[in-house]
Amino acid sequence: MSAPVAIIPRSQNPKGRLQTEPAAVRWLLIAIALAFLTLFLALPLAAVFSQAFEKGLSVYLTALQEPDTLSSIKLTLITAALTVPLNLFFGVTAAWAIAKFSFPGKNLLITLIDLPFSVSPVISGLIYVLIFGLQGWIGPWLQAHDIKIVFAVPGIILATIFVTFPFVARELIPLMEAQGKDEEEAALVLGASGLQTFFRVTLPNIKWGIIYGVILCNARTMGEFGAVSVVSGHIRGMTNTVPLHVEILYNEYNYTAAFAVASLLAFLALITLAVKSVAEWKVRLQLGNE
Amino acid sequence: MKLFKRHNNVLPGFGLSIGFTIFYLSVIVLIPLSSLVFRTAGLTWGEFISTVTAPRVMASYKVTFGAAIIAALINSIFGVLVAWVLVRYRFPGRRIVDALVDLPFALPTAVAGITLATIYSPNGWVGRYLEPHGIKAAFTPFGIVLAMTFIGLPFVVRTVQPVIEEIEVELEEAAVCLGANRRQTLQRIIFPMLLPSILTGFALSFARGVGEYGSIIFIAGNMPMVSEITPLLIITKLEQFDYQGATAIACVMLLTSFLMLLVINLLQKWSRRYAE
Repeated sequence: MSAPVAIIPRSQNPKGRLQTEPAAVRWLLIAIALAFLTLFLALPLAAVFSQAFEKGLSVYLTALQEPDTLSSIKLTLITAALTVPLNLFFGVTAAWAIAKFSFPGKNLLITLIDLPFSVSPVISGLIYVLIFGLQGWIGPWLQAHDIKIVFAVPGIILATIFVTFPFVARELIPLMEAQGKDEEEAALVLGASGLQTFFRVTLPNIKWGIIYGVILCNARTMGEFGAVSVVSGHIRGMTNTVPLHVEILYNEYNYTAAFAVASLLAFLALITLAVKSVAEWKVRLQLGNE
Repeated sequence: MKLFKRHNNVLPGFGLSIGFTIFYLSVIVLIPLSSLVFRTAGLTWGEFISTVTAPRVMASYKVTFGAAIIAALINSIFGVLVAWVLVRYRFPGRRIVDALVDLPFALPTAVAGITLATIYSPNGWVGRYLEPHGIKAAFTPFGIVLAMTFIGLPFVVRTVQPVIEEIEVELEEAAVCLGANRRQTLQRIIFPMLLPSILTGFALSFARGVGEYGSIIFIAGNMPMVSEITPLLIITKLEQFDYQGATAIACVMLLTSFLMLLVINLLQKWSRRYAE
């Protein structure tokens, strides 16, 4: 739609056209930037794996096969299996309403969806304790019926849903707004039903946006610490997620085991970054072609 | 005449999708958050003020906000440099470095916390070189700054980077044609265009630092009055079953984050105006 020039990404512009600094300044700036990133990003990442394998592969594998570690992995997987689909469904629904229709209060709604991002994780956990805890709003009723939410698995899942609430929605809203609704309208005029339109037209268009949102949502779900720490109650083998288990091992001076478990999460982070880069590139490509 | 209903929109599902959106938002976010306000309302004004201005609480604000400002400043300077280098210069491994910038988003905070504490401890990879110079990093407020710098870094880079990508080469060429040297172009043309995004990145990085918990508690040492951050104080109060105290302090923090959100929204409006 736009002028043909705009289709060529800036990075492909002939380099000669750009005004730039002398080579010496350029390399100095690159060196400073890389030194800073090495110190703050690469070094910690290397340290996780180095500490984990410090005492050899067999110690590493033994640490991972400890029953408490296995049960924390199981709990984290259960949490993710519930949290990610719920927030995915919400994200797609909210993006459909916000991007394809106009209505008053839309900006307020977007701000409210983003809200969990600006709330401290500790507060995200606290609010569920205030509602479901023993001194909370419905705590006494819950206790009378022997239902445990806080300091149990449901609380962990609720707090995680809160923290990762905006991830999918905030990725899809701008993408679907940029794509407009011409294609959906064409499908409907040609006789497709609403669901057919969504699954055959909208979904393929937002596929990479969804993958991007889901992978980030999943990373945060599996890695959330502050909010989960408040609602978990830290019962070993029962309500410890993987990050909480890392904390316990670390505080017991069991460093090798702590870093072994942490290396699983660091590995997950690396996969997340790789998938995210691919998804980002695909979304750019898709938007550039329109 | 169905065409003219719903603001000329033929797409189906508006009622259903907006209904579910508002329902889910209320159940997960709005009602739980409101519980904080209602619980605080149970306190008298005097109780509230004395709780949130107690010496130990005031000291925690000073540590938290002070460290967050320093970390956001470090991130603003190096974040702009990293964004500039990534967009404007070509060097081997640039794509990998670009992807690595998001590591603090992807790496769980607890992992970041124990790793930073290990690296900067007196016999760690970096700490052993700081120790002879009398610099103690881990288990001091300086450690808090380090952790906040780590988690806030992507915010500045990712807000400034797209703005640098969008800068029209023609503007720089025009400046050169009109006789500006490189320093003048950077100072008078490029910097003013980047300023709104730099401030947005600063605010985002600051807000994240203030609320951060997981990566800090391992490296902070958590000494009351010295290196105890406000989120930790909330948890401490909670563990002592002082629900009122925890809620009151949380309310102050929530108010601060709303203020930051407002500032960030205004900044983003300002930078969008610049972009047009």
